[in-house]
Amino acid sequence: MTKTPIGIDLFRVDDLLSEEQRLARRATAEFVDRRFLPVVQRHFRAGTFPMDLVPEMGALGLFGANLHGYGCAGMDKTAYGLVMQELERGDSGLRSFASVQGALAMFPIYTYGTEGQKRRFLPKMARGELIGCFGLTEPDHGSDPGGMTTTARRDGAGFLLNGTKLWITNGTIADVAVVWAKTEGGGAGSIRGFLVERGTPGFSSREIEGKVSLRASVTAELSFQDVRLPEDAILPEARGLSAPLSCLTQARYGIAWGATGAAIACFAAARDYSIERTQFGRPLAGFQITQEKLAEVYSEIVKAQLLNLRLGQLADRGEATFLHVSVAKRNNVRAALAAARTCREILGANGIIDDYPIIRHLVNLETVYTYEGTHDIHTLILGEALTGMSAFGG
Amino acid sequence: MKILVTVKRVEDPYQAIKVKPDGSGIISDGMNYKPNPFDEIAVEEALRLRDTHQGEVVAVTLGNEKCVAELRQALAMGADRGIHVRHDGPLDSDGVARVLAKIVEQEKPDLILTGKQAIDDDQNQAGQLLAEYLHLGQATFASKKESLESEAEKAKKPGLTLLPGGKAIEVVREVDGGLETLALPLPAVVTCDLRLNLPRYASLPNIMKAKKKEVKELSPAGLGVDMTPKVTTRRFAAPAARKGGVKVPDVATLVEKLRHEAKVIS
Repeated sequence: MTKTPIGIDLFRVDDLLSEEQRLARRATAEFVDRRFLPVVQRHFRAGTFPMDLVPEMGALGLFGANLHGYGCAGMDKTAYGLVMQELERGDSGLRSFASVQGALAMFPIYTYGTEGQKRRFLPKMARGELIGCFGLTEPDHGSDPGGMTTTARRDGAGFLLNGTKLWITNGTIADVAVVWAKTEGGGAGSIRGFLVERGTPGFSSREIEGKVSLRASVTAELSFQDVRLPEDAILPEARGLSAPLSCLTQARYGIAWGATGAAIACFAAARDYSIERTQFGRPLAGFQITQEKLAEVYSEIVKAQLLNLRLGQLADRGEATFLHVSVAKRNNVRAALAAARTCREILGANGIIDDYPIIRHLVNLETVYTYEGTHDIHTLILGEALTGMSAFGG
Repeated sequence: MKILVTVKRVEDPYQAIKVKPDGSGIISDGMNYKPNPFDEIAVEEALRLRDTHQGEVVAVTLGNEKCVAELRQALAMGADRGIHVRHDGPLDSDGVARVLAKIVEQEKPDLILTGKQAIDDDQNQAGQLLAEYLHLGQATFASKKESLESEAEKAKKPGLTLLPGGKAIEVVREVDGGLETLALPLPAVVTCDLRLNLPRYASLPNIMKAKKKEVKELSPAGLGVDMTPKVTTRRFAAPAARKGGVKVPDVATLVEKLRHEAKVIS
C-alpha cells in the first residue's frame, strides 16, 4: 500500500516563520515558478541572463530586500534568506544576480557610502534600473584578496585606477562597479572601495566564454587603464580589507540559504521521478537503494533549513558573525552539491539532460562551492576559530 | 468608490491533493495555502478601479485564524484594510453569502467583487446568493474584450467601466460562444473570471507596509449569522488514477479497437 509522501517541511520550519516571512517566500516562489522556470532552460543553453525579468524583480523588491529606506523593502534577515532560497530553487544564476546586486553592490554603498551616493544609486538599484557589480577578485588573487595589485593613486582632486578584476558576476551588464583597490602605502590596510560607472574612459569589460557552470549568469573580466575617478567616487567609510569582506559575509549569508533552495529543487525532481519511473516492474522509489538516496538528501535539507533559520535569528539579533556565515555556507553548499549528485543518479540517463533541473543545479553548485570563499577557505576559517591557529600561510 | 473584495484561503492548486484514508477530507499537513486565484483577480480589479476613480478597497475573509495570511496578502497587493470573520467550522456558500451580506450592510460599499468561484470546492454560488440576499444586480464571470497581452492590460486599466455619472458600471462577461456586455446600477455584485486581468504580486516593500494596515476581527455570531451548513460533505474520494495508453502498430488495429473495445464507432 502506498502512503502519501510527506512534504519537504517535516520539522514544521514553516511554523517558526512570521506572516511576512511566509509572504515574502510565497511572492518570490510565485515569481520563480511563473516567470523564471519557463525560460531558464533557454537561457542556460544560450548562456544568457533573462534581463527582461530585472524590472519585475525590482518591482517585487528582490534587490537589497534586507536594507532599510532608499526604496528597499526593509525585511528581516530570515525573510531575506527565504527570498534567496526561492531564487536559487530557480537557478543559482538567478540568486547570484540578486546577491551581487543587493549584497555586493548595494550593501557597500549603503554601509560605506555618503548620503549623496546612497540617494543617487540605491533607489534605482532597488528598482533594477541600475545594475551593480563587485570587483574584488583578480586573476592572480582569488582566495588571497589582500594580495591584490589593482591600485588607486591620488591624482589631483581624484584618483587614477589601474588593474584587472576577474570572475565578476554581472560585469558586462553593470552600470556601476564597486571596485576595491590599494591606495597609498600599498598594504591590505590601504584597500579602499570606488564606484566606477560604465562608460568611464579606460574602464572596459569582457565576458568570460566557455563556462559549463552558472550559464544563466553573466561573468566577466573588468579592466581599468588609467581610469580617472572624481573625489566622490570613493566610499569614504570603507577602509581596509575588512570592508569588502563584510560584503562577502552578506552575500555568503544568502548563499547558505540559496544552496538549500537548489537542493530542494533537486530533491523534488528526483522524488517525483522515482515515483513515476518504473523498472523491473515497480517504481524506482520502491527500491531500497533509491530510498536510501532520498533519505540522505532529505535529511541534509532538513538540517540545512534549521541551520539557516537559526543563522537568521542570530543575524536579526546582530549576533551572527562571519564565522557563523562561513559554517553555514560551507555546510549547506557541500550538502547541496552532494544532494544534486545523488539526485542526478536517481534520474539515470535522464539526469544528464536539461529537461530536468538537476544537472543544471549540479553544475551550478560546482561554482557556488568555489565562489564567495571556497569550501576550503571556509574550512580554514572554522579551523582557525576552533584551534586558535591560522592555517592560511604567510 | 468603495469596493469590498473577498479573499478565500485555498489549497495551492499546483500541489498534489491527497484524500484522507477515511474520506473525511483532504490531508492539510504540509499543504501550502494561498488566496483563491479568482479572488486575486477580484483584488487586482478592485485596486485598478480604486487607482482610477479614488476610494477605498476593503478585503474580507472568512475562516480560521490562518486566513489572516491570505488577507494580509491582499493588503500587500494594495487593499487598504481588512476584515477577518473568524469561523473555525465548515462553510457552505449560503453561510458565506449571509456573512458577506452583513458586512455589506455595515460597510456600504459601491461595488462587491468576488472570484467567480473558489478553486477548492468550485461551488460558484456565494456571489450569486449575496446579490439575491441584498436584492442587488449581479454580473458573473466578468471578463474583458482586450486580451491579457493587450496594451490596456499592460497599462493596468480596469476591465470594468464606471459609466458617466458614477451610478452604474459596465461589465463584459463570458458567456457560451462569446462575450456579453451588461450595465448594472451600483451597488452591484460582480464575480471575476480568469481573463479579466493578471493580478500583481505582493512586493516585499508592500508586504512590510501591509503589517501596519488595519485588520478588524468579527465573528458570525456577532454579525447574527447562524453558520450551521445547509450543505454538508459526506465523503471525499480521489479521482480514479488514469491508466496508461497503449500504442497500436497500425491504423487497422486502431479502428478495430475503437469499434470493439472502446465502442465509440460502429
